[in-house]
Amino acid sequence: MERVPVLKIGDILLVSIQIDMEDQTALQLQEDLADRIVETGCHGVIIDISALDIVDSFVGRTLATIASISRVLDAETVVVGMRPAVAITLVELGLSLPGIRTALNVELGMALLARERDFEFKDIDDDEDDADEAVVAAS
Amino acid sequence: MTAGDDIAAMETLAIRSDQDVVRVRQLVRTLAVSVKLSLVDQTKLVTAASELARNTLVYGGGGTVAAGRVDNGRRSGIRIVFSDQGPGIPDLDLALTDGYTTGGGLGLGLSGARRLVDEFDIDTAVGQGTTISVIKWCR
Repeated sequence: MERVPVLKIGDILLVSIQIDMEDQTALQLQEDLADRIVETGCHGVIIDISALDIVDSFVGRTLATIASISRVLDAETVVVGMRPAVAITLVELGLSLPGIRTALNVELGMALLARERDFEFKDIDDDEDDADEAVVAAS
Repeated sequence: MTAGDDIAAMETLAIRSDQDVVRVRQLVRTLAVSVKLSLVDQTKLVTAASELARNTLVYGGGGTVAAGRVDNGRRSGIRIVFSDQGPGIPDLDLALTDGYTTGGGLGLGLSGARRLVDEFDIDTAVGQGTTISVIKWCR
């Protein structure tokens, strides 16, 4: 079974899926990423799927599970590089990937993660009351 | 699928493992390119084939796939037939409902695959296995 490498770049883990994954490979990636998030303390995960010519319900579900696992481990996941034909097919299949952040490419994905982290730091800088209000407003 | 359709020789593959599901995707992709399906239609057909091949493996306990070019005098397309000798589907309407699953998946495989192809025929009986035939026509 092939394995998808997980690269650490600064505070971000980058995964670029370059192969037509067996289901087992996708599950292995899920485990590898969870391990690496804990091991590195990274707060962001970028999954580049620009090389994938299809995303079926299994891979779609795996991406959603990875995003959920990351969130529980204090990391945000952004899926980047989805091809237009893949997006059209996914939606028609019935998978709109709710809960998954997306960006058009790796660069925009990194910018998205940087922005989010910035906001969080600002919240911490602000006084407690403001932070509480922000939570109420968001809910 | 009508009596007038001309079916060329079909290629067959066994579906016994995760790797075979990947092989089915590769076979269908090659065929879809050979009849010049549009990129979106190629993506839809390969995605549908991936869902149905996985169903054959997971629910049917393995089986076979046969795929080839089909012509009806006006258009060309690709026909794919998935067969298994598994338990069969007791309630087809239920099985074709979005979100219904007995296997812990998303319940989108069968219903989603049907939306992604032009023709979808299913022949199943409890204890007799399941045969699903799909066609995607060139526009």
